[in-house]
Amino acid sequence: MLLECLVREGVECIFGYPGGVTLPLYDAMYDNPIRHVLVRHEENACFAAQGYARATGKVGVACATSGPGATNLVTGLVDAMMDSIPLVALTGQVPTKLIGSDAFQEADTFGITRSCTKHNYLVKNIHELPEVIHEAFYIASTGRPGPVLVDVTKDVFQGQVHYTPVTSIHLPGYKVHADGHTGQIRRAAQMMWEAQRPYVYAGGGIIHAGAHQELRELVEILDAPCVNTLMGLGAMPSNHPNFVSMPGMHGSYAANMGMYNADLLIALGVRFDDRVTGRLAAFAPHAKVIHVDIDPAEIGKIRNADLPIVGDVRRVLQKLNPVLRELEPSMAARNSASRRAWWSQIRAWKEEHPLTPATSSTEIKPQHAVAEIDRLTRGEAIVTSDVGQHQMWSAQFIRFNHPRLWINSGGLGSMGFGLPAAIGAQFACPEKTVVSIVGDGGFQMSVPELATIASHGLPIKIIVLNNGYLGMVRQWQELFYNNRLCSVTLDSFPDAEKLAGAYGFKGRTIEHVHELRPALEEAFAENGPYLLNIRVSPTENVYPMVPAGGAINEMVLAQPQPVAVP
Amino acid sequence: MLQTISVLLENKTGALMRATGLLTARGYNIESLTVAKTLDPTLSRMTIVVDVEPRLRAQVIKQMNKLINVLQASDLSESPSVTRELLLLRVRAAAEEGNNGPRTAILKEAEIFGARVVDSSVEGFALEVTGDTEKLDEFIDVMRSYGDIEVTRSGAVAVSLDPKKLRLSPPVPRGAEPTTVNVES
Repeated sequence: MLLECLVREGVECIFGYPGGVTLPLYDAMYDNPIRHVLVRHEENACFAAQGYARATGKVGVACATSGPGATNLVTGLVDAMMDSIPLVALTGQVPTKLIGSDAFQEADTFGITRSCTKHNYLVKNIHELPEVIHEAFYIASTGRPGPVLVDVTKDVFQGQVHYTPVTSIHLPGYKVHADGHTGQIRRAAQMMWEAQRPYVYAGGGIIHAGAHQELRELVEILDAPCVNTLMGLGAMPSNHPNFVSMPGMHGSYAANMGMYNADLLIALGVRFDDRVTGRLAAFAPHAKVIHVDIDPAEIGKIRNADLPIVGDVRRVLQKLNPVLRELEPSMAARNSASRRAWWSQIRAWKEEHPLTPATSSTEIKPQHAVAEIDRLTRGEAIVTSDVGQHQMWSAQFIRFNHPRLWINSGGLGSMGFGLPAAIGAQFACPEKTVVSIVGDGGFQMSVPELATIASHGLPIKIIVLNNGYLGMVRQWQELFYNNRLCSVTLDSFPDAEKLAGAYGFKGRTIEHVHELRPALEEAFAENGPYLLNIRVSPTENVYPMVPAGGAINEMVLAQPQPVAVP
Repeated sequence: MLQTISVLLENKTGALMRATGLLTARGYNIESLTVAKTLDPTLSRMTIVVDVEPRLRAQVIKQMNKLINVLQASDLSESPSVTRELLLLRVRAAAEEGNNGPRTAILKEAEIFGARVVDSSVEGFALEVTGDTEKLDEFIDVMRSYGDIEVTRSGAVAVSLDPKKLRLSPPVPRGAEPTTVNVES
């Protein structure tokens, strides 16, 4: 019954881990065309389902048993919630008559996951099941996407009832504001032409809405500079002349200076995250804000919008772009001199402090390794990352020419995300090159998934930027805690060749600069999985950096030079 | 200042927790909460009184309106509304031979507050009174002066005098996009 609903939702692939109460479900799966990928930990089922969803835009499906299975999904659910990823999680629950009796592997999944999902259900009656499953997919994938959990009791799994098709979905309280207000859109177009220093701040919403074409059109009509947030990388092709780079804590000098000095911020599918804004009072202080978001609660949450538009950013831009064109002949000339000056200012900032990867002749700089990966992937590969320094370097130096290539845990910042997400992405896009750039910390959180990769022969290129530290934490201890390094040293790391070999695929460790390029080429040429452990410079820090609570125009651009003690 | 939030929500398991959970997740203590079925038994009306920082009030209402089970959440502290509370109070006033003094006085006071006697015994009275919070506080103070009291308050129930149009999403065929809520009107 449940599988019948999933088939009708077009589900091709489930990432999961079976257990006692889901046995009837797995028994039914035996005869079903839906592919079940057995991960090695439930948390990774959620991350893999996210990788699948992020790479395709389709709903990812994760499955776990009751109790520990369900609680292990929690991190992945919160992660999906923070990054607005469409996900349906199915969990087993103990039989209805045992609920509340502290039965074996019982947990209050419905209660535990209430605040980490867009919506959740507990199904105790099989007749409710089809409606609930279809509602779950509908809620997960429409409006602002998000995770939905369906907790199903064992007796419901066991029930045998004929599937009666669900023809309509009725959720009277589920409000989706998709079409922007026409009057507001007109006013927005007016403001855009009136601005002297317009600046497009585009985020993950562009990717979720599939609005990258429309975004590009808008940027080109206005000839405005455009930045993409960490979640929005790939929304504008990196090689586009109007693309500046990523703004924020580790954004480029030009991106942040542009943000600070703009007189109009065109905020599209963004939520003014603290990692972008820095100290709010000093964020874009001269700018008026046009904020387009599908979620009305995002408007004015952090920064007041001078012109709010609640709507699906794609539909809004589809209405907005023609108005911009219509106004172009009468308005474009008005500020063209100041706009030219604005562009030259941005170019000057870019030249003043360009984002260039550090290199060295004696050791492998992590930035250098990332730049080499970029050289090989040419903005066309799916790159998943974990969380930390390597994530920021990847965001800075890897180009993404299309949306849905850059997959990382943005809002929640979950370590251990990169490797399982790569599994999901590779299942979703078997023909694409999938690279997982991870740190030595996060990698060791997701090591069990090497087994999943090996058993399916997934040709994922796992690149460990190994600095022997929890690098980002070390960076903060160094800069803000007087260099009192505490519990950040990862002094033991397995031999990559032996580790990969133990799983039956190739692996290697390199530490010299001259090995970097050939080793990466070897990894990318390999038909199967490859684990490349790169020993990088251990003390490298991520710059530019806006210290937490700092103003975005006051970046620390490089490692402070040690001051000679007299 | 306290905020009074009125929530119309589906009468379903967990719906109440979702609405109140938004407040507890932000560390707010709920001062009072009432909930009961509406004329339509599939829906409930909830009145929450809570102390929310002024700059976050609109955000809390928006977040509540996002909940799937919530049909409408509105802030009554900023629009004309009437708030009432029910109070049940037991006061000890034993009948003594030849001296009915406190009992008579209690009944007089009760009459002034519009309270009704719901139980009378040799030990004292049980009284029922409705009103706004200040009136009930005063009533408690007065009754305390006559003897030991025991009090149960219902928490506030409120009704808006400025009814907002309720927008509901119509059913959509499975596989179709959601009907967009009309923002033009």
